[in-house]
Amino acid sequence: MSTSNTSPMDQARDPRASAELREKRKQKIASSLAKRHRKEKMFRIFGFSAVITGLFFVVLLFGSILAKGLPAFWQSSMTVPVYFDPTIINAGAKPIKKAGESPAHFQERFIAWQTEMGMVDWDALIVNGLIAKDPSIASQRDELGSLYTSSEAYRLRDLVLADPALIGQKKDLNILADANVDVWLAGNIDRSLPDDQQQLSSEVRQLADDLKAKGVIQNTFNTNIFTNPDSRSSPATSGLAGAIMGSLFMMLIVIFISIPIGVASAIYLEEFAPKNFITDVVEVNINNLAAVPSIVFGLLGAAIFIGWMHLPISAPLVGGLVLSLMTLPTVIITTRASLKAVPPSIRQAALGLGASRVQTVFHHVLPLAIPGILTGAIIGVAQALGETAPLLLIGMSAFVASVPATPLDQSTALPVQIFLWQGNELRNFFEGRTAAAIIVLLALMVGLNSLAIWLRKKFEVRW
Amino acid sequence: MNLLLIGVLLALIAVAYQIGLSKSRNLAGKGNNSAKLHSRPGYYGALVALWCGIPAFLILLVWNIVEPNILRHVVLANIPANIAATLDQASIEVLIDRVQAIASGFGVSDQAAAYEIAAAQQLAKIENISSFAKLAVVICAALAGLVLAKKRVAQQFRARNQVEKTINVALALCSGVAILTTIGIVMSMFSEAMRFFNFVSPLDFFFGTEWNPGFSTSGNAEGSYGLLPLLWGTLIVSGIALLVAVPVGLMIAIYLAEYASSGFRSWAKPAIEVLAGIPTIVYGVFALMIIGPFFKMLGASVGLEINATSALTAGFVMGIMIIPFVSSLSDDIITQVPRALRDGSLGLGATKSETIRQVVLPAALPGIIGAFLLAASRAIGETMIVVLAAGNSPLLHANPLEAISTVTITIVNQLTGDTDFASPQALVAFALGLTLFVITLGLNIVALYIVRKYREQYE
Repeated sequence: MSTSNTSPMDQARDPRASAELREKRKQKIASSLAKRHRKEKMFRIFGFSAVITGLFFVVLLFGSILAKGLPAFWQSSMTVPVYFDPTIINAGAKPIKKAGESPAHFQERFIAWQTEMGMVDWDALIVNGLIAKDPSIASQRDELGSLYTSSEAYRLRDLVLADPALIGQKKDLNILADANVDVWLAGNIDRSLPDDQQQLSSEVRQLADDLKAKGVIQNTFNTNIFTNPDSRSSPATSGLAGAIMGSLFMMLIVIFISIPIGVASAIYLEEFAPKNFITDVVEVNINNLAAVPSIVFGLLGAAIFIGWMHLPISAPLVGGLVLSLMTLPTVIITTRASLKAVPPSIRQAALGLGASRVQTVFHHVLPLAIPGILTGAIIGVAQALGETAPLLLIGMSAFVASVPATPLDQSTALPVQIFLWQGNELRNFFEGRTAAAIIVLLALMVGLNSLAIWLRKKFEVRW
Repeated sequence: MNLLLIGVLLALIAVAYQIGLSKSRNLAGKGNNSAKLHSRPGYYGALVALWCGIPAFLILLVWNIVEPNILRHVVLANIPANIAATLDQASIEVLIDRVQAIASGFGVSDQAAAYEIAAAQQLAKIENISSFAKLAVVICAALAGLVLAKKRVAQQFRARNQVEKTINVALALCSGVAILTTIGIVMSMFSEAMRFFNFVSPLDFFFGTEWNPGFSTSGNAEGSYGLLPLLWGTLIVSGIALLVAVPVGLMIAIYLAEYASSGFRSWAKPAIEVLAGIPTIVYGVFALMIIGPFFKMLGASVGLEINATSALTAGFVMGIMIIPFVSSLSDDIITQVPRALRDGSLGLGATKSETIRQVVLPAALPGIIGAFLLAASRAIGETMIVVLAAGNSPLLHANPLEAISTVTITIVNQLTGDTDFASPQALVAFALGLTLFVITLGLNIVALYIVRKYREQYE
C-alpha cells in the first residue's frame, strides 16, 4: 500500500521530477506501443492466413478431384458396323416351352441354349466390323481383338439373346476400347517406358495410334459409367449403376425408417415427455449416440442384423438399417432444435382456445417446424449417403457385377465403390474412374445440401 | 399373398374410419351438431380404424415370423427316418429346397424321389391350409375389432383421449429406439468380445505389445493379439491431426469471430464448413492420390524418406477434415463470451489481440477444451482416411513418417475378407470396437459436461 502510494505523492511534491518521470513513462509507452501494434498486426495476419489455409484446402480438394476425374468421363471408343453373320452365330433356335413340360425342365433346356449361344465366336463379328470399316487393317486380326474391351462380345450375345431376329442384320454399335488402350491413348502411362513395362504389345500400341489418327477410335463422352454395373474382367465398361442403385435403396430405407422414428421421438421428448430420470437418460444417450464412431454401427450391424437375425449379407436392406440407426440421432437433434424454435406463444394460444396438447403439437407447432425438420433430415440423409466404414463391415465391399433389383440383392454403394476402385490393380485407369465416382458422389451431396439450404431460405420464419 | 392381405387390411381400415365417422355424425344428429359429441367425428373414425388395424397387423406379423419354422418342421417330419438319418446338415437344406420347389409346382430338373414327392404334397396341402387360415384369422380379427369399436361409439364416449393416448404411446416407443440402439451396441459388442476373451486372455489383449493375429483358416487362436501397437498408432495419427486442426481451426474461429467483416464471415464460414460435409472416403482418396505422393516428393527433396502411406499423411488429412469441427465449435464458444469482458479490457487500453489472448481465450478456455476433446474423439473413431492412407503396419514405433496401423484399420481388416465369424481373428474386432466405443464415449461425456458447464456460466 505504502510503496504504491509514494510515487504519486513524490510527484506532487516535486513538479520537476514528476515531469521527468511522466516523460519517461510516455517514452516507455510509446516504444512499447509500436511493439504492441506490431504484435497486433502479426496476430491478425496469423488469423487471416489460417482462414486462407482453410479455404485453400477446400479449393485444393475440389480442384484436384475435378482435375483427375473429369477427363475420365470421356473414353476411347469406336463406332463399328456389326453384321450379325448367321454363319458365325450357329446355335440352335430359341427353345419354346412344350406342353406338359415342368418349369424346371424347360429352364434346364433354356440354360443349355444360352450356353450354346455363349460359345459363339462373337469377337469375330466385332473384328469383321472393324475390318469392314477400314480394309487396310485386315491382316491384323489378333491385334484388333485386343483393341476393344472384352465384355463387348457378351453385349452382342445379350443383344441376340434378347432379340434373335437380329441375326442376319447389320447394326452400328458403339464399342468401347480396352482399358489399357484408353490409358495409352489418353497418355496416362509414360509412353517412353520400355516394352516389357508396357501393358500392350508394340503392335497394338501402333495400331491404336493409327486408328486414333484415322478417327476410327474417338474420345467420346462415356454414358457407360452411369448405366453399367461394376466389372472386373472388362474394366473399361465398369460403371456405377449398381452402386447408385444400392445407395438409392439404402437412402429410401433411411428416409422411411430414420426420419419418421426420429421426428416422432423428437416430438415426444420435446413436447410430451415428463421431466424425469428416464427422459434424462434418453437425452444423454441420444447426444452420445450422435458422437459414436460410425464404424461401431457397422459392428452392431454385423453382430445383430447379420450374425443374429441372419439377414442377407451385402444387402442394401442391412446397410439401410445400419445407416438409419446412425442417422437417427442427427434427425432427433435437428428436429428438437426446430421444435424449440417455435415460440411458446403459439402453443399457449392453441391451448388457450381449448386444443388438447396433441392437437396443439400436430396442428400448430409441427407445421411451423417442418422447414427446419426437412433441412435436418436432408443433411442426415446426405451424411448417410457418404458413409463408408459401417458398410464395409456388413459385407458391402464384395464385388457385385449386377444392378440390384430389390433391397435384398447383393449390392455395393457409391462410397464403397470408390473404395473398391481406388484399390484396383489397374491404377492408371482406375485413378480416373475413382475420381469420377467421387465427382458423382460429391455432386449428389452438393445437390442434397443445396436443397436443404434452399428449403431453409424459402420457408424460414423469423419470430 | 401377404401384399394382398395388407391391401385388404388397408381397405378395411379405410372402411372402419368411414364407419366410425358416419356413426358419430349420426349421433350428432341433424345439422351436424358436434357439440353433442365428446370428441370431433374424426376421432371416432380414427379410433375404430385403430381397433380394426392394430390387432390384425400384429397377428399378421407374428404369423409371418412363425410360419416358415412350422413349414420346415412339416417337411422334416415327412422325410422317412431311414433317409433323414443318412443326411448331414447341408444336404438337409438342399432337400428342403427341392421339396419346396416341387410343392410350388416349379419342379426339379432331375427325377424326384417318391418320398420327396410325398413330402411336397403334404407341404403343399399344409401351405394351402395355412394361407387360408391366415387370411381368415387376420380378416376376422380386423372385423371383430371394427365391430367392437363401433359398438362403443356413443355421444359421451371419450374417443379423442383414447386416440391421443395411442399417439403418445407410439411416440414414446419411437424414442425408445435410440435407447435400444445403445443397448444393442453395448450388448452385441460385449457378448462378442466375451467370446473373444474365451480364446485370448484380457491381459494379453490389453497389455500385449505385439499384433499378429494370424489367419482364421488355422481355426485356433495362434498368434498374438496385443492392443498396444494399434492404440499407439491411433494416438499418433490423432495427435498429428490435432496438431494440424487445432491451431488452424482456433485461429480461423478467432479471426472470423473478432476481426472479419460480416460480409467476409458470411461466405468464408460456410465455405470452410464445406470441409465437414465431405465424405471421409473422399479424404482418404485425396490423401492417397495427392497428399501422400506430395509428402514423399517433399521428403525426397530434403533427403528424408517419407512413405506415401504414413501416419503423417493420414494425420495431416484427418487434420484438414476436423478443421471446420474445431473452428465452428470454438466460434460458438468465443461468441458466447460476454461483450462486457471485451469492453472492459479494451477500455483499459489493451489492443484487440491482447484482449483476445488475455481475456477472451482464458474465459472461453473450458469450452475450447471441450471442443478439442470432441475433435479428438472424432479423430480416434475415424476410419476411411486411415484405412487408405496410414498403411497397415502394426508395430510399436515412434516414427510418424512410416506406415502405422490403428484400431479402426484393424477392425476393418479383421471383419472383411474371408474370415470365419466365430474365429478369434474375427471376434477380436468386437473387442477392439468395444475399446474404441469406451474411449470415445468417455471423451464425449467429459467434453459435453465441460461445454454444458461453460454454457451455464454465462447464461
